[in-house]
Amino acid sequence: MDLLDALLRSGAVLLAFLVLPLLVGQAEHKVMAHMQGRVGPMHAGGFHGWAQLVADGVKFAQKEDIVPAGADRRIFQLAPAVALVPYLVVLIAIPIGPDGMVGQVLDAGIFFVLAVLGLGVLGSLMGGWASANKYSLLGGLRTAAQLMAYELPLLLAAASVAMAAGTLSLTGILGAFEWWWVPWQIIGAFVFFTAGMAELQRPPFDAPLAPEEIIFGAWTEYSGLRFALFLLAEYAGIVIVSALTAVLFLGGWHGPFPDQLGWLWMLLKTGALCFLVIWARVAWPRLRADQIQKFAWTVLVPLALAQIALTGIVKVVIS
Amino acid sequence: MTPGSGLAKGLAVTLRTMTRRAVTQQYPEAQPSLPPRSRGVIGLFEENCTVCMLCARECPDWCIYIDSHKEAVPPAAPGGRERSRNVLDRFAIDFALCMYCGICVEVCPFDALFWSPEFEYAETDIRDLTHERDRLREWMWTVPEPPPPDDAAEEPKEVAAARRTAEKLAARQEGDA
Repeated sequence: MDLLDALLRSGAVLLAFLVLPLLVGQAEHKVMAHMQGRVGPMHAGGFHGWAQLVADGVKFAQKEDIVPAGADRRIFQLAPAVALVPYLVVLIAIPIGPDGMVGQVLDAGIFFVLAVLGLGVLGSLMGGWASANKYSLLGGLRTAAQLMAYELPLLLAAASVAMAAGTLSLTGILGAFEWWWVPWQIIGAFVFFTAGMAELQRPPFDAPLAPEEIIFGAWTEYSGLRFALFLLAEYAGIVIVSALTAVLFLGGWHGPFPDQLGWLWMLLKTGALCFLVIWARVAWPRLRADQIQKFAWTVLVPLALAQIALTGIVKVVIS
Repeated sequence: MTPGSGLAKGLAVTLRTMTRRAVTQQYPEAQPSLPPRSRGVIGLFEENCTVCMLCARECPDWCIYIDSHKEAVPPAAPGGRERSRNVLDRFAIDFALCMYCGICVEVCPFDALFWSPEFEYAETDIRDLTHERDRLREWMWTVPEPPPPDDAAEEPKEVAAARRTAEKLAARQEGDA
């Protein structure tokens, strides 16, 4: 019984991990196209190009998997897996609905999630270093700088929620959630979501990729399935960051009829945040590497600290 | 300009565009609506052609091929002289060379060449792009009616001449009456 339960949960998490990023990717195709007055893919699969990403996957699988002659072979080949797998692991700990609709309840949920989330960026670092290509190296170093700068506000913002709830468990946080936490933690939400986007190297924080300057950063030398894994990791990352923001700051499954429709509220909130990520990509130009650093250290870190102070004061006043 | 207004503007513009209909035309499924003066292909109305060769000579890249011979026409009245007449044997346009300048259409004094908006005549072999008179003639039937002149435009010469004659006749009739 226990084994069956574990298998079922793992299967569900794996399914979500394989489906949700593709949904986000397809949504990005379509939303981006319509925001630019186009229609996007229309042919693959027949109805409004719904199978475009499946077709892309087939194409990537057919392509030759090339490793450059000067590359550090092992590390180079391992990097896409390092980029992708942490997101799968994180997904296990994210609660979808009340009453145990979660892969695995962890007491130190926030701690676990943020620690594993930081690992994913290592994939880009490894790829950048192992490619033996100056553009890859530049991209990798920018990734490293960005990771250093944005881990801090990410952790501080998450710490604020943990303080408010008095627990590190994600389900515990959602159990203690009240609606007025949303305005109370709104600054933290902004900091967390923005820093999450920067960790994923999504526009406008995509200087580590910057196709117009450094080809494709750490992913320059990748082709075929390994490149596809990097792309999948990016979209899985969008899902994870959106879901975490929804859980920590927007009340996850809370909404009308949380017992029956909790998972729906969670999915809706995650979807809305994913839309924001896509929207930012279409609407805003890329920040320079130095602007990205400046934004993290002079805007996000002080804001996160202010949020922690606010959380502390309110917490002392109401207790 | 307040800080951040540019960011808000970017969001607003993209969102507004998203709520509007896309401008994309789904070409193979839906035919484009081309304006009547589109330069798609050149049609030949061969009854009007007198083999004067003006088009072939004016063509900047020599893509028009014309062959002809002369035929004797019996005299109109007994005892008269035989007349000779040009007969068109071949009229072909190499659309691999044509640069769609339209000089041939402009220069034709007998209105034998016309622009048609038809554009789907791609070939897999470049040599197949030389189209002979039968094909050019088929395209003639796709030539749209010329758009009516602008309201403020000058009266066409033919109409002006006809109107002047009619007015003159009417004035004479009034004078007779």
